[in-house]
Amino acid sequence: MSACFTRLFAIVRKEVQQLRRDRLTFAMIVGIPILQILLFGYAIDTDVRHLRAAVVDQSQTQLSRRLLTDAESTQVVDIVAHADTGEQLQRMLDRGDVDIGILVPHDFERRLAEGTRAAAQLLVNGSDPVLLGSARGLLGMPAPDIRLPPRQDKAVGLFEVRNFYNPERRSAVFVVPGLIGVILTMTLVLFTAVAVVRERERGNLEMLINTPVRGSELMVGKIIPYVVIGLIQVTLILLFGRLLFHVPVNGALHDVYLASVVFIASNLTLGLVISTFSKTQFQAMQMTIFFLLPSILLSGFMFPFDGMPRAAQLLAELLPLTHFVRLIRGVLLRGEALMAMSHELYALLAFVAVALLAATLRFKKRLD
Amino acid sequence: MPRTPPGRPMANDVAIRASGLTRRFGDLVAVDRLELRVPRRTIYGFLGPNGSGKSTTIRMLCGLLTPSAGSVEVLGHRIPQEAEQLKHKIGYMTQRFSLYDDLSVRENLAFMSRIYCLPKRSRSARIDAALDTYNLTAQARQFAGTLSGGQKQRLALAAATLHEPEILFLDEPTSAVDPQTRRDFWETLFNLVDAGTTILVSTHYMDEAERCHRLAILDRGRVVADDEPDALMANLGAHVVEVETDAAQALRQRLKNQAVVLSVTQLGRRLRVLVRPRVHDPEALIQSQMRNAGIAGNARLTHASLEDVFVITTRHVDRTPEVAA
Repeated sequence: MSACFTRLFAIVRKEVQQLRRDRLTFAMIVGIPILQILLFGYAIDTDVRHLRAAVVDQSQTQLSRRLLTDAESTQVVDIVAHADTGEQLQRMLDRGDVDIGILVPHDFERRLAEGTRAAAQLLVNGSDPVLLGSARGLLGMPAPDIRLPPRQDKAVGLFEVRNFYNPERRSAVFVVPGLIGVILTMTLVLFTAVAVVRERERGNLEMLINTPVRGSELMVGKIIPYVVIGLIQVTLILLFGRLLFHVPVNGALHDVYLASVVFIASNLTLGLVISTFSKTQFQAMQMTIFFLLPSILLSGFMFPFDGMPRAAQLLAELLPLTHFVRLIRGVLLRGEALMAMSHELYALLAFVAVALLAATLRFKKRLD
Repeated sequence: MPRTPPGRPMANDVAIRASGLTRRFGDLVAVDRLELRVPRRTIYGFLGPNGSGKSTTIRMLCGLLTPSAGSVEVLGHRIPQEAEQLKHKIGYMTQRFSLYDDLSVRENLAFMSRIYCLPKRSRSARIDAALDTYNLTAQARQFAGTLSGGQKQRLALAAATLHEPEILFLDEPTSAVDPQTRRDFWETLFNLVDAGTTILVSTHYMDEAERCHRLAILDRGRVVADDEPDALMANLGAHVVEVETDAAQALRQRLKNQAVVLSVTQLGRRLRVLVRPRVHDPEALIQSQMRNAGIAGNARLTHASLEDVFVITTRHVDRTPEVAA
């Protein structure tokens, strides 16, 4: 047993020594997360201002005019058009003339006084997460009448948001957690696949398989350093997400890392499986992309899972990223406990077990 | 200690035994019904041109390749079934440098010492001794990728012998180094044999082959000769005539077409002519050929070299002899 750990440790140590000297890979470990989060983060900046808005003011009272002035003064919206009916407003949204519609109903003042229903409606083109995110900035606006008592019931806001075209309400905050998964998939699958294939290409493997080292020792020893690298990446993305985009960590931090470790392991073992199929680093890279694309498209990171056809959903269930996106959004955004979503965690663990088994079985200490 | 199973006795003085060993890659028969018996504490050579099956045979003996047919027994282990038990007892030096270019000399050796699970206390001492033996102490901190050909080769040998294997497989170990380095390398090999190691080495250099205790000449997957180098040369099965002439090229063309001439090799102003044994006076035969052609020169019978053995044994009807030479 101790012999087994000596060999395992030998592989880990060698891998770390080599990594320290591979400046390009090292740069990628840090560079990819930072670059990605900046690209994705700023491309979906929630802080967009001066959105074009149209208004239907059926109330025509002092309070309703006050509401509209307040809305404009947030700088989120510029009221560029007025409409007479809700239908007109919706047509303007449909045509893309405006991004946001504000509908103030006849009974605006009464609703405001009662406080049991939303007083006005925000109609948002939710197909664009930027718009939705920005429009939600209006929700925090105080009610226009300062004489009214502050609204205690947070469930009933000033506005009722009618989110058109995109019921899932995505925003930067919503994208960054998933981005952790995408970045880990992007980097780690490739790193491990290439790390093994490189040894084959350079002839190291022929020497290694002639030593007493076991296939499992080689496989596990190869992935351990990358687990640490994955965790560094998670930390980087969380930090940047927090500092730049105010992505919250509503759940427990150890749940975030626990979910990440299991997900990292699933990517690494997948990389190992790929390595046993590819003869050159180029092949490994191609296979990684072959896997990466459906992961990004089907996992729910980019498109709402519920909107996908059944077949795509079934396929997506096989991808680790799908489960991780659910886990990490749950923990980071909804503040859920990891164990409340244990079935997703088990799905990932099952993936790790199957992939590791497949890699170890496929890795033969033979050349034929 | 693994024991030889009863009913399958193996003489203690035989390290490697192979019988009917065959390996096919598709239609190509890379190794064809090879018979092999390597005595312990000897340097056993595989001599053969590229593609003769040397590397394939070595890989099968180590358990890296599964034989298509035949049986192999190395140190009493049946291969490939018991290949894993064998790994501790053998060292393998690949044809291509296969240590890590981006690790230092010492780091490479340290890696190997852990892979072979050498006792922790003796690891460092073992590595220091290896650095000293293989004259690498000055390069200990240098990256393996920046070493010279000879240094790389010494490092590879140091790594392959760190765990003191009983058998050392060397696949064309000196193909990338100069003659002086080669000589030094062989000194080390003899030291290892003195210490009890059995060495199986493949080569296509005659001077190396001649240093082996015993030699198998491989050609297109078959053993065409297997004996001690001296015996191979003594039993050549051809007369060797050396001719000195100014018209070497013309004479060569003329002799080549003679049915009794097996091969002609030009060495500057000299020709080395191998003549069938049934010719009683090969000197006279050559001299008469020279007279007929009006070529002046001097022919005399000489001893066979290993190269002559190689030329004769790997000679094909469909291949001109000088290609093999």
